[in-house]
Amino acid sequence: MNYMMMAVMVLGGVALVAAVVLYTVSRKFAVEEDPRIGRVAACLPGANCGGCGYAGCAALAEALVKGADAGSLDGLQCPVGGAGVMAQIAAELGMEAVASEPMVAVVRCGGTCELRPRTTQYDGLQTCAAVHATCSGETACGYGCLGCGDCSTSCQFGGLRINPETGLPEVDETLCTGCGSCVKACPRHIIELRKRGPKNRRVYVGCMNRDKGAAARKACTAACIGCGKCEKVCKFEAITISGNLSYIDYNKCRLCTKCVAECPTGAIMKVNFPVKQKEAEV
Amino acid sequence: MKIRTFSRGGVHPDECKLTAEQATVVADLPNQAVFPLSQHIGAPAKPLVKKGDKVKVGTMIAEAGGYVSAPVYSSVSGTVWKVDSAIDATGYLKPAIIINVEGDEWEESIDRTDTLETVGAHPELTPEEIVARVQRAGVTGMGGAGFPTHVKLCPPPTAKAECVILNGVECEPYITSDYRLMMEHAAEIVEGLRLLMKAAKVDKGYIGIEDNKPQAIALLSELTMADDHIEVVALAKKYPQGGEKQLVDAVIRRQVPAPPAIPVHVGAIVQNVGTAYAVYQAVMKNKPLFERYTTVTGKQIAHPGNFLVRMGTPFGQLIEKCGGLPEGSHKVLAGGLMMGKAVVSLDVPVCKGTNSITVLSGDDARRKAVQPCIRCGKCVDACPMGLEPYLLATLSANGLYERAEQECIVSCISCGSCQFTCPSHRPILDNILLGKAKVMEIIKSRIKK
Repeated sequence: MNYMMMAVMVLGGVALVAAVVLYTVSRKFAVEEDPRIGRVAACLPGANCGGCGYAGCAALAEALVKGADAGSLDGLQCPVGGAGVMAQIAAELGMEAVASEPMVAVVRCGGTCELRPRTTQYDGLQTCAAVHATCSGETACGYGCLGCGDCSTSCQFGGLRINPETGLPEVDETLCTGCGSCVKACPRHIIELRKRGPKNRRVYVGCMNRDKGAAARKACTAACIGCGKCEKVCKFEAITISGNLSYIDYNKCRLCTKCVAECPTGAIMKVNFPVKQKEAEV
Repeated sequence: MKIRTFSRGGVHPDECKLTAEQATVVADLPNQAVFPLSQHIGAPAKPLVKKGDKVKVGTMIAEAGGYVSAPVYSSVSGTVWKVDSAIDATGYLKPAIIINVEGDEWEESIDRTDTLETVGAHPELTPEEIVARVQRAGVTGMGGAGFPTHVKLCPPPTAKAECVILNGVECEPYITSDYRLMMEHAAEIVEGLRLLMKAAKVDKGYIGIEDNKPQAIALLSELTMADDHIEVVALAKKYPQGGEKQLVDAVIRRQVPAPPAIPVHVGAIVQNVGTAYAVYQAVMKNKPLFERYTTVTGKQIAHPGNFLVRMGTPFGQLIEKCGGLPEGSHKVLAGGLMMGKAVVSLDVPVCKGTNSITVLSGDDARRKAVQPCIRCGKCVDACPMGLEPYLLATLSANGLYERAEQECIVSCISCGSCQFTCPSHRPILDNILLGKAKVMEIIKSRIKK
C-alpha cells in the first residue's frame, strides 16, 4: 500500500510541476496568430499546389491578411479557386475583391507524330527534363514537345494528359485550374497560361521554334517560320514577331481569326470556335 | 613494386581497343566543313568572316569571346558559304561557320616541315610568350572536355603549380587516338611537355600511361631517360584513370578537395598528350589547332581506324570511309563507350574535343530493362569520388536538391562507373546529371545574389 501511495504521489507531483511549467511557458511565449488567417485558409481550396506563388494555402492566407492590413490585395490570387473564392475571402477581410480573368494552360506545340518526323530514337530516362538535357529529342526540332509527360505528372488536378496518337499533351479545360505547375515543369517552356477568353475561345501560336524558317520547316511542317504574314494581317497590333517566332498578345487579340487563315504552315491555332459549314465540308 | 593507380572506386570495362595497332591515316578533305563557334568550355567564339569570304587553311575565322574562350581556325581553304547554325554534338542547332572547300591552300606562316624543334634551342621563348602563342592558336583540352589550355596554364593566385602531368592514360574503351599519337609523335609530345612546364614555371613533369600500352611506356621512357625532370609513370589499368582528379591521385598521391578546388590547388596541372602535341605545333610550328587524331571504331564497323582529321569534317564521311554503317539500328557516339555522347545526326562535325567516333550496334546500342534497386551497393564501391550514387540519383529524381547539394552532388565527374556497374541497369547517372545541373544553377544564382 505504501509503495502504491508513493508511486501516486511521485507521479502526481511530477505531473503537477510539469503542468505549472507548461502553463507558464504557454502563457509567456504564446504566439498570437491573427484569427483571420485561419478563417481565410478555410476558404482556400487546400490543394497546396503553389500556383499562387506561395508555399501553400496557409502561406497565401497569411499573405492575404498582411495584404488586407496594408490596404490592398493586389497580386494575391488563388488561381485554383478563382473569382468565387477570392470574393469570399475579400468579404471575410472586409475588402473589395480584385477582379481577375480566369486562366488556362495552352500547349504551344502542334508537332504531332505525323507533322514532325522522327529522326532518332531515344531510349534513356523517360522524362522530358532528361531528354531536353541530352539532345533535341526524337525529332529535329529543338524547341517542341518531348512527349514524356512531365507536365501531366506535375498536374495535381488531372488536367493534362499525353495523347498517344499525337504524342502531345492535351489540356482538359474543365479540370485545368490555371495553377501553372505544368508551366514550371516543362523544360522547353511550351506551356503558357492564357486567358480563357469569351466562350472559352482562344487564338494562339502553337509553336515555339526560334530557328530560321527553313530549318524550322524541315524539322516540322507545322512550325512557325516567322514569315510575318500574321503580323501584317492583324488589325489590332496583337501579333509581334521576334526571333523568327510569332506571338499573339491575348490582351489585344479580338479573336477575328484572320491570322489563322493567313498562316502558311497552320501554326496558329484556334480553339472552341464553331466549325463553319465550308470548313466542315472540306 | 606495386604498380600505381587511383585509390578509390573504379571499374574495368572490356577494352575493345580494336584499332591500337593501326597506323594513323590522313582523312580526306570534306566537301563542306562546319565549325561550331562553341567547341570549348567558356564563351562562344565571335565570327570574323562573312558570307563569300575566301579563307585558307589556318585562317582565323572566329576570335575568342572572352578570356575563358578560344579562337576557331579554318581547317580548309575555300569560300564561306554561310555564318548560320548547324547541329553539333549537343544535339541542338548551334551557331556555326560553314565553308565550301576549294583546293588545299595553307597560310604561309605555318611551318609544315617535320624537323623537331627543341625547347633548349629556343631560349627566346619566355613563359608569357608560350602562353600567348597557345592562346592565339586556340588550343583547348584535347581529351574531350575542351577547357582552354591557356587558362589552365595561368593558375589562380591562391594556387601554386608544382608539376605538369600529361594524361596518356586513355582509359576509355575503344579509343586509341592518344595511343597512336604517342607512338607516332613521342618526341613532339615530350617537347610539348617541356613547353608546358616552362609556361607553368615548374620543373617537374610526369607522363601517366596505363600498363596496357607497354610500347608507349617504353618509347616515352627511352626519350626521357636523360631528363631528370620528366618521369614516365606506368599505371594499373582502371577506369576512370583519365579523370584529372584520379590521375593526380594515381601519379603524385594527392587528393583534390571538393569543387570549386581544381587539381592546381594541390600543385598539379593536368594536360592531355594530344594537348601537349597541339601546344608543340602551336608554339614551334606556328600551326593553330585545326586538325586532330580521331579514332573511328565499333565492333560492326568493317574497317575501323585512326585518322588525322581536319576539324569540321562530318562524322558520316569518316564512318563511310571505314565501310559505312552496317545494317540495323545503331548508336553513334562522339567519344568513347563510357563518356561518349550519342549524336542525333551524322552531319555532326569533328571538333577540337572529338577523340573518337564509336559506333555501337545490336545489344550494345540498346539500354537494358530497368529493374528495382536491390541495395547491393555496387555503385558506392565503384564511385571514384567516394559518393553514394544511388542516393544522389533518388534525391535528384525527387527534386530534393538541397539535400543533394549536402551530399556533394557537384563532386560527381560524370564518369558513369555507377551506371556501368549497376546489376539492375538503373539510370543512375542520367538522374545525377539532371540533379547536378540543377544544383549548379542554384549555386550560381546564390553567388549572384
